[in-house]
Amino acid sequence: MLEIKNLHAQVAGKEILKGVDLKVNAGEVHAIMGPNGSGKSTLAQVLAGRDVYEVTEGEVFYQGKDLLAMAPEDRAREGIFLAFQYPMEIPGVSNMYFLKAALNNIRKAQGQPELDAMDFLALVREKMKLLGIDEALMNRAVNEGFSGGEKKRNEIFQMAVLEPKLAILDETDSGLDIDALRVVADGVNALRNPARAIIVVTHYQRLLNYIVPDFVHVLYDGRLVKSGDKNLALELEEKGYGWLEVQPQTV
Amino acid sequence: MPEVKQAHEATETYFAEFARLERETSRQPEWLRLKRKSAMERFADLGFPTTRQEAWRFTNVAPLARITFKQADAKGAAREAFKPALLGDVAARLVFVDGQWNPKLSALASLPKGVLVSSLAAALESGDQGILEGHLACYAEDADHAFTALNTAFIRDGALIRIADGVVLEKPIHVIFIRTGGAQNTVTHPRTLIVTGREAQAMVMESHCGPAGETYFTNAVTEIVVGENASVEHVKLQEEGDQAFYIATVQAQQARASRFHSHSVSLGAALARNDINSVMAGEGAECTLNGLYQVAGTQHVDHHTRLDHAMPHCSSREYYRGILDGKSSGVFNGAIIVRKDAQKTDAIQSNKNLLLSEEAIINTKPELQILADDVRCTHGATIGQLDPDALFYLRARGIGLESARHLLTRAFANDVIARIHFAPARERLEARLLARLSAAWKPEEVL
Repeated sequence: MLEIKNLHAQVAGKEILKGVDLKVNAGEVHAIMGPNGSGKSTLAQVLAGRDVYEVTEGEVFYQGKDLLAMAPEDRAREGIFLAFQYPMEIPGVSNMYFLKAALNNIRKAQGQPELDAMDFLALVREKMKLLGIDEALMNRAVNEGFSGGEKKRNEIFQMAVLEPKLAILDETDSGLDIDALRVVADGVNALRNPARAIIVVTHYQRLLNYIVPDFVHVLYDGRLVKSGDKNLALELEEKGYGWLEVQPQTV
Repeated sequence: MPEVKQAHEATETYFAEFARLERETSRQPEWLRLKRKSAMERFADLGFPTTRQEAWRFTNVAPLARITFKQADAKGAAREAFKPALLGDVAARLVFVDGQWNPKLSALASLPKGVLVSSLAAALESGDQGILEGHLACYAEDADHAFTALNTAFIRDGALIRIADGVVLEKPIHVIFIRTGGAQNTVTHPRTLIVTGREAQAMVMESHCGPAGETYFTNAVTEIVVGENASVEHVKLQEEGDQAFYIATVQAQQARASRFHSHSVSLGAALARNDINSVMAGEGAECTLNGLYQVAGTQHVDHHTRLDHAMPHCSSREYYRGILDGKSSGVFNGAIIVRKDAQKTDAIQSNKNLLLSEEAIINTKPELQILADDVRCTHGATIGQLDPDALFYLRARGIGLESARHLLTRAFANDVIARIHFAPARERLEARLLARLSAAWKPEEVL
């Protein structure tokens, strides 16, 4: 589904990604872990099409297409979803309106009929139950005045409604207490299926107790330096990221 | 023709037209004829303002002063073809076509007891002279405002609204001033007087509209008297044609513990100047001045507001937003005066501007004169572009770039419109704005 080859990216002349290689197949859950500043968020944002990052080298193929040539909205319409580390507040635009516009733009691009207000409401209610989201929240402006936890939950709720093919979760667990973490993880797990791939970017191993990954990769100084199964996350938790510095690069 | 000579001829025309009006309005009461005469003298003294005057520094009315405008004749009043945009479910509707009341387009039936809605011309002929003499042309200051003086000199028709003590009007009153065009270079001087009694409550929407592609001039003055503990919401929607000159003053006078909410939405005209002022003349009065201007092309829009805190414990909230595209230009000048006795004044002012093009210009300035010492006055202004992070967030959800820009711009504007209490006015403004922004952005996808 996704193939990243020798990806280099920089921001304001500073190289952040220094040659990332990664292959993700449908049905797989990959966790990307790494210390602060290793380039985790940059990778997530580059995949979603954020233009402040300049790709200087490498290629990314998504379903056989050149992902880097696509506008952010086209990536979303092709089924890529980024759950933001810091979701934006959009004053004056209700959550309901925003999500309906997003869903119908994606449906239209995928040749599906657009949902009318009634069908949309039915869909949204079902997903709200899944994420324990209050209906009042739908009529509020997107993320405006939401707590950190509400924002993260709202991201996963959007993901549940938009049903992407490839979901990238950027530190969705940061700032969540254990109850909120469980809700978010349950929401993600409910979306796991053989047709969908999920990339979980996280600083902490804790999330991976709830969303159990098929693969764990360690991003360090702009490169994936180690890959393994879920046990790698536990090893990291125990030894800390400092342990990587003395390890030979194995990827 | 040299410009000076043109301007001279244009000014002379106002005097000639005034003399003609004097003959035609010989049935007007003496007190008004005197007021009009002295206002004309005031205009003669002041002349049109120039950019050398601080209050007109960024708004050049020289093009207006050079054009010879004749009084719009009332023939347009007979035209039925023109269908103005009407607000549904109103308590009353007053329609003026080219300055003159049009009874056929108006709807005055079934007003509650204690509510008077009338054409000013009719009231001056046969109405309660006490209200008129006591209030008409008593508040809008013409000492340094030539256009207000000119309007007063040409008072002939307009809207009169009187709400008696304790009367609460549930539905809005809609006053519409329509220009029909057809005759080039005409002027109207619409006058509105709203007087509310003690503990009365009312909402008035005032619309100004006209045809595109024609040069005309609308010079409006509205005076609003808010009685003790009364509440008035005034919404002004300016949608004049793209070649029009629009100059207008709203002057409120607030009694003790009264509430006045003004919303000025300025979308049309080649040149629009709005003066919106309130004097909080009684303790504990509250005033809200909100505004939205959205211009493009070579349009120019100017809001000068003046909040006069004359008594203690008054609070004012001012919230203006502007969206400027193309080579348009805007001015926001917000004066807050806190008089010596106005202790415990609480005033907050904010002006935010969104510049959608490199060439659009905004001049924004707070003007605080604080003579009391125990007060809170804050002000802030911002000028910026659409937030790139917010744009990316929308695009990352499948919403295209043009649509995302459209959505954010609309949201920026809706923040002002959402503050209007009366739903029908709010909905109409939202729809107008949507149409205008859609024309600008052409959102290609589903919104």
